Amino acid sequence: MIRKAWKSMIIILVLCFLYLPILVLAVYSFTDAANIGTVRGFSLHNYVTLFTTPELVQMIAGTVVLAFVSAFFATILGTLGAIGAFYSKKGMASVINTMNQVPVVNADVVTGFSICILLVVVFGISKDSFIPLVAGHVTLCAPFVFLSVVPKLKQMDSSIYEAALDLGATPFTALIKIVIPQIFPGIVSGFALAVTLSLDDYFVATYTKPATFDTISTYVVNATKGAQTTIKTALWALSTVIFLLVVLFALFMNIRAGKNGQERNGI
Amino acid sequence: MEQGTNIIELKHITKTYKDGFSAVSDFNLEVKKGEFVTFLGPSGCGKTTTLRMIAGFDLPTEGEILLNGEPITALPPNERPINTVFQRYALFPHMNIYENIAFGLRQKKTPKSIIVKKVKKVLELVDLEGFEKRSIDTLSGGQQQRVAIARAVVNEPQILLLDEPLGALDLKMRKEMQLELKEMHKELGITFIYVTHDQEEALTMSDKIVVMAEGKMQQIGTPEDIYNEPANAFVADFIGDSNIFNGIMTGKLKARFCGGEFVCVDDVETGTHITAVVRPEDVVLTSPEKGKIRGIVTSVIFKGMHYEITVESGKNEIVAQSVNCAIVGEHVGVNVEPDNIHIMIAEDHTNIFAAEINKNNELAYNGTVLNVPLTNIIKGSREEDGVLFDASGSEIDLKKIRIKISIRPQDIEMTDEQEDGLVKGYISNLIYKGDHYSYVIHTDLEQDFVVDDEYLWNMDDQVGLLMPVEKMIFTVKK
Repeated sequence: MIRKAWKSMIIILVLCFLYLPILVLAVYSFTDAANIGTVRGFSLHNYVTLFTTPELVQMIAGTVVLAFVSAFFATILGTLGAIGAFYSKKGMASVINTMNQVPVVNADVVTGFSICILLVVVFGISKDSFIPLVAGHVTLCAPFVFLSVVPKLKQMDSSIYEAALDLGATPFTALIKIVIPQIFPGIVSGFALAVTLSLDDYFVATYTKPATFDTISTYVVNATKGAQTTIKTALWALSTVIFLLVVLFALFMNIRAGKNGQERNGI
Repeated sequence: MEQGTNIIELKHITKTYKDGFSAVSDFNLEVKKGEFVTFLGPSGCGKTTTLRMIAGFDLPTEGEILLNGEPITALPPNERPINTVFQRYALFPHMNIYENIAFGLRQKKTPKSIIVKKVKKVLELVDLEGFEKRSIDTLSGGQQQRVAIARAVVNEPQILLLDEPLGALDLKMRKEMQLELKEMHKELGITFIYVTHDQEEALTMSDKIVVMAEGKMQQIGTPEDIYNEPANAFVADFIGDSNIFNGIMTGKLKARFCGGEFVCVDDVETGTHITAVVRPEDVVLTSPEKGKIRGIVTSVIFKGMHYEITVESGKNEIVAQSVNCAIVGEHVGVNVEPDNIHIMIAEDHTNIFAAEINKNNELAYNGTVLNVPLTNIIKGSREEDGVLFDASGSEIDLKKIRIKISIRPQDIEMTDEQEDGLVKGYISNLIYKGDHYSYVIHTDLEQDFVVDDEYLWNMDDQVGLLMPVEKMIFTVKK
């Protein structure tokens, strides 16, 4: 009995440690307090500010568009890379796999800084063209897409590609109609991962973004340094919204995975 | 169906990998239209590689493949009028049965109405009427196999390749499918090329069997030919159970093997080294005084239709099948009808003999322990507390396995110091072979060993045989 109590205590402690900070922020986002600690009345003004201040709305929209565009390109690159590596000869495949590992463990600062040096300084591409920023985010995300597609390829019965060729399909048709549908769940989770990585990124963006453009991360860092309290408190609301979206997304993915599992068990 | 024209010809096909390993070497084959040809051999013999070259998945390093007289050696698989049934079905899991079967027709831009009709017809052929909308994972293994066959034959290929298609099915299902495939072959008139390691499957289904080992064709012929007249010891051993003995021709239609002199029907020159093959069902057990050779029954196993009886005579082991039971330890005589002895001239005089396993789980011959751990011989096995376990972790019953040793004549040395040898005997025959002498040593254990030596020894010399363990090749039989 006592052991059981201990167990639940520890679980509650860990959960508090994980979720209390964001809960505090969420609670305060629904007040008109200007600082954490001074509790005043309930208010939605933070949410109103968040969705009506053009500067904030543009920043959020820009970040989301950037995330989806980069994730799109990263998904194509990562998927093609994974398929290529999978069907390469053994030695080549392990070389590609190892080379893919390096950017994954590499510090984002290094990635961002080196892309800035290469594209902006060496090739002279203007930061205002958004090319360095998108390129940076694609570089950041593609290896992760690669990693989420590879297991699906390994699960796939490798002879189905040959079966498609055998039935008269060209290699391209076999890839599109047979291989891609098999690894599609991996591609989708790779895409989702790429979107969140791009949304999260701070370092690559600071080095490569145009001066007039801000992602949520860079904006939050600048805003918290400044003194504009209305904006600052609006960011509490933004954090809450992002958190809620993430929770919903996670729930959705879990339910879907559960359903698929049941189907596979023949229910 | 017109008979007699070659639909596919393989000419000097060789497949060598980068590491120098030859999966297939100098393979030649002609297949006539409408034939059911089976590639039979142990795993790793190159049969699947050959099939993959016909399908177009692998390119031969040398040689040519002709389809209806036209070279197709380098044609990609999607441009060959050949379809394959894969070992593990390789159905497309994200498509239903209709989509799976229609896939090939769609690639040929067949109109939809025709596709619907053809799919319906082929599903009737494989006994899966009305299964169009079912998804793949609701089917049993046997049903999936039928879909795989339907998906291939719906394209009306000129040749259907089947890569161990029944390997994943249980025994009963496999027997049913064998008959159905044979039926289907008759009905469709398509040429079937079938790959299997199951000799019974090959004998049941094929018009022609190609026995392969180590990338080379060992024999090609009808199932009856292959069974009754094996071309060499490998084929005899692989097809059916066989007693294989090394021996020598001692006179006109007379051969000595297994410690006895037998009358046979194959006319081979006196003095020739031979391999004699006797099928277990042809071994006749009688009372000791009536038998050509005598022995002791060492094991009796009930096999349903018959008893499998092992008789030890000297150091030779004879396996017999009989409907009458025998008692372990009983003294019996062994006879074989001249008709039932198949004599092959031994091109390769490799000596093959049985090893013993002693109480300490050590390999021994003639009471001498051979310095080779059993775990080296039985692949993937390990020993714990004196008990041997196989790769899957289950205990190996050492009484049930038999280990055979092969050693080449040039690897055996003769010595005057008889006691130094693994076994002793006298020289019963010698032939000069140009640059060396080939001797037959008849041992105290009633076995004949062939030994090559460059020096001349005399007939009837008493010698000991030195056999280095590192030159021995061990094979395990269960």
